[in-house]
Amino acid sequence: MMRAINRKVLRDLWHLRGQVIAIGMVVAAGIAALIMSLSTLEALDETTAAYYERYRFGDVFAWVKRAPDSVEKRIASIPGVRTVQTRVSQYATLDIVGFAEPVMGRFVSLPAGRQPILNQLALRSGRLPEGGADDEVVLNEPFAEAHDLANGDEIVAVINGHRRELRIVGTALSPEFVYALGPGALMPDDMRFGILWMGHTALAAAYDLKGAFNNVSLVLERNTNRAQVIQQLDRVLERYGGVGAIARKDQLSNWFVMNEMEQLKTMSKILPTIFLVIAAFLTNMIMARLVATERGQIGLMKAFGYSNYEVGLHYARFVIGIVLVGSVIGIAAGTWLGRMNTQMYADLFRFPLLLYRPSTSAIAIAVSVSLVSALLGSAGAVRQATRLPPAQAMQPPAPAAFRRMRLWDTQAARWLDQGSRIIVRNILRSPMRSALTTLGVAASVGLLVLAMQWNDALNYLGQSYFFHAQHQDATIGLAEPQSETILHDFEHLPGVLAVEPMRIVGADLSVGPLRHRGSLTGLKEDAWLQPIFDDASAKVVPVRPNGLVLGTVLADKLGVSIGDQVWLDVLEGRRPQISMPVVGLIETYIAMPAFVHIDALNRLLKERPSVEYVNLLIDRRDEAAFYAKLKELPMVSAVMLRQAAIDSFYGTIVEHIMVFITLFSSLACALGFGVAYNSARIALSERGRELATLRVLGFSRGEISYILLGEIGLLIAVALPLGCLLGRGLSELMATAFNTELFRVPMMIEPSTYGLSVIVALAATLLSALVVRHRLDHLDLIEVLKTRE
Amino acid sequence: MTTTLTVRDLTKTYRTGEVEVHALRGANLDLYEGELVVMLGPSGSGKSTLLNIIGGLDTATSGTVRFRDHQLTGADESELTRFRRDHVGFVFQFYNLIPSLTAEENVALVTEIAKRPLDPAAALGIVGLSERVNHFPAQLSGGEQQRVAIARAIAKQPELLLCDEPTGALDSETGILVLEAIDQVNRELGTTTAVITHNTVISSMADRVFHIADGSIAKIEENAERRSPAEMAW
Repeated sequence: MMRAINRKVLRDLWHLRGQVIAIGMVVAAGIAALIMSLSTLEALDETTAAYYERYRFGDVFAWVKRAPDSVEKRIASIPGVRTVQTRVSQYATLDIVGFAEPVMGRFVSLPAGRQPILNQLALRSGRLPEGGADDEVVLNEPFAEAHDLANGDEIVAVINGHRRELRIVGTALSPEFVYALGPGALMPDDMRFGILWMGHTALAAAYDLKGAFNNVSLVLERNTNRAQVIQQLDRVLERYGGVGAIARKDQLSNWFVMNEMEQLKTMSKILPTIFLVIAAFLTNMIMARLVATERGQIGLMKAFGYSNYEVGLHYARFVIGIVLVGSVIGIAAGTWLGRMNTQMYADLFRFPLLLYRPSTSAIAIAVSVSLVSALLGSAGAVRQATRLPPAQAMQPPAPAAFRRMRLWDTQAARWLDQGSRIIVRNILRSPMRSALTTLGVAASVGLLVLAMQWNDALNYLGQSYFFHAQHQDATIGLAEPQSETILHDFEHLPGVLAVEPMRIVGADLSVGPLRHRGSLTGLKEDAWLQPIFDDASAKVVPVRPNGLVLGTVLADKLGVSIGDQVWLDVLEGRRPQISMPVVGLIETYIAMPAFVHIDALNRLLKERPSVEYVNLLIDRRDEAAFYAKLKELPMVSAVMLRQAAIDSFYGTIVEHIMVFITLFSSLACALGFGVAYNSARIALSERGRELATLRVLGFSRGEISYILLGEIGLLIAVALPLGCLLGRGLSELMATAFNTELFRVPMMIEPSTYGLSVIVALAATLLSALVVRHRLDHLDLIEVLKTRE
Repeated sequence: MTTTLTVRDLTKTYRTGEVEVHALRGANLDLYEGELVVMLGPSGSGKSTLLNIIGGLDTATSGTVRFRDHQLTGADESELTRFRRDHVGFVFQFYNLIPSLTAEENVALVTEIAKRPLDPAAALGIVGLSERVNHFPAQLSGGEQQRVAIARAIAKQPELLLCDEPTGALDSETGILVLEAIDQVNRELGTTTAVITHNTVISSMADRVFHIADGSIAKIEENAERRSPAEMAW
């Protein structure tokens, strides 16, 4: 048989179920945030590792112009190399029926009729190209889906200047193209970029690479020094036109995946921590007040001879019960949200497999933090109640010491009616409690601002990157650097209004031991279509004739400022090495750019004035004609359309960030509601007698509601602006924590975000006020006055 | 006659809000084994304070209280808890039942920590509530609630039963039922009992009546004969 005292715990929990659930929601919000984030993180980590492992993703990758097959043996003999996979890979334009804009494809060769040793395909449908067939391709699945292409369909590719009809025989995914980024693109765009796997013999023949390769991947022995292998590989490949090997961590797709994980890690550390801390604080606060209202019962239990320890244990059970309710909701919600979140990433990344299970460590951390904070909060209140002699604890607390203050003699105070006076005096009487309630609501407003400002920040980032720093309609990548005269050819294409050259070469930038593998972007001094744009001053910075203009993140990484020298190892052409001064610094939100004058870059490469990229401004009315012509140009290896990039950037934001915002906003709402409801509810139980007395004296329901809810309303009025400030602070903290090499989050909060946060918080409080008002309307006057429970 | 409880020169001063109250100003009394006393006095005379200190619910400012071989004054928190647990049963004016527990469970709350308790159902039987064991306080009348409180107080078989205005919140008819229960417990179990009231009629059920005024015992009367509560009316 269950002990009566334990029954009391269960019955009290049931009796206070409204509050238990409201506090449970606060607890649950904190727990869910942590579980969701950590579970997603762990699942993605494990899934990626499993994916890479199962499909034998390479450790080192390198491009060359053309290396004979015999070089493969020399690569294999580099100490530490376990497996070598050579292949042919090239970019080409594709022509897809019914899609006007040019589409880029990357061709990758496969050994005759079988899986490669490394970077294997996860075949999703159909089969691999057959050994002898020279027109069969496997498409990457997202691309095929985006264009509604099925096995058996045909597509046209301009391979090395020749139009070729290719037949689709299968669709696949690959660890190499988890993040399938077209050249120069920032977001995957499955409409405009696809991967095509084709038989080695056919592809080598098409690109004049028979008996040769232009791309190599390695898997290394365990515990091998990667840097050393890369150095030796670079030495082997140098004379075949190698442009510098990269380790897996710098491989484009993996780099983006890891960057995304890094962001997620930051998010998982900062946001849920903020959430959990705030939820813990609120739990602590609410528990303290709730237990304080139990003062009479504590006195009674002591009167029967229950010891302080037993009373403490009883309330500990009560608190554990509440946290348990919150934990169950939180774990369920966190697990579910985590799965949803992970699924979203898995869809974004197109993982062919997904390993998900709720993070046990997250559950353990979240539940214990919530429990400890709740127990600490109630322990204080229990200690206070047990310190009183039981006779006193069972009495109603002595009338609180109110004092007439000077304030009351002022003209303004005379305007206050009695109800308002009660409100103001109550707030002033217990400033600590008033402050805590205010802080609690402010915290949930702050969290709302924090969650929602993401949209603003990324919008702002997009504005800056796509609208201030870019004005071109299209950027054309050329297969080879071409003489500047090619600009005239582009000028004559239909609809072209302006043409500007650009050159990008891979380079190692170093200062002493500090090193960064990146690229140099060469621009004309009057570049406007894609100028150097400084986000700090929101101005275009002129291209300097001599010297480097660096992004501040790169400058910080190298530890340089204006006037310092940077050593450049260019990784293309004649591979010149030179020292160059830093002449300017700019703030950018995306990547780590280094700009030079294009003429200086060409001089450095000891080449004629040449271009590799062409920025174009196009008259919209001639777009179709322009695209049609463009598809016929043989030297085009890449086409990047600004509008397409903008669409996919904002498309990804909508898909990805909005889910995130919604998740955290709803958790923040739960917090807000929990705090407001509990404050009102506890105030009601503390002051039920007072309010009932007022009703007996002839106050109307509206008037006593005004007294109770007006107090909460006044506190919330203070909490709202405070919450906005707090949200700003939290956002700044978050932005600082979010700096990655890929992008920085600008600190940007639109007034509408503050407005929306305030409205959402107000709605949550209003809802709780309505619930309490309902109870106020049903206050039993006689009963409340007669007994004291 | 054996003395169960001795009170000497008891004073109590406390502050409520900003007011200093001298609740007891040197009270002296003895309670004998098995007797029933009524403490009579107007409100504010200090009778509740006296009862609270006797029952170990509150501490004195000065003076001594001795229960058998226990010195209550100067005892620490855990000794007082022990004393209340093992020796004292309380009945309060406002019943102070736990609203979330049934009648039987309210009694069990006390019997579960007592040394030689009655069965909760038996205790409820003594106060005539055998039929109402599974009712919650909200489902019981005031008199029934107070009788549950008495059952709760006697279920541990205390040596001292202290009742603070047990009929204060009840009409006279119900009040008499409650007093009968107290009288019955005192007679059948021999529990030393003190009943506080400001209702002079009640004093006729006592062996002795203490008149309390201004924080001390003004007068002690001895009743030649105890009247049964059933014969009373007010």
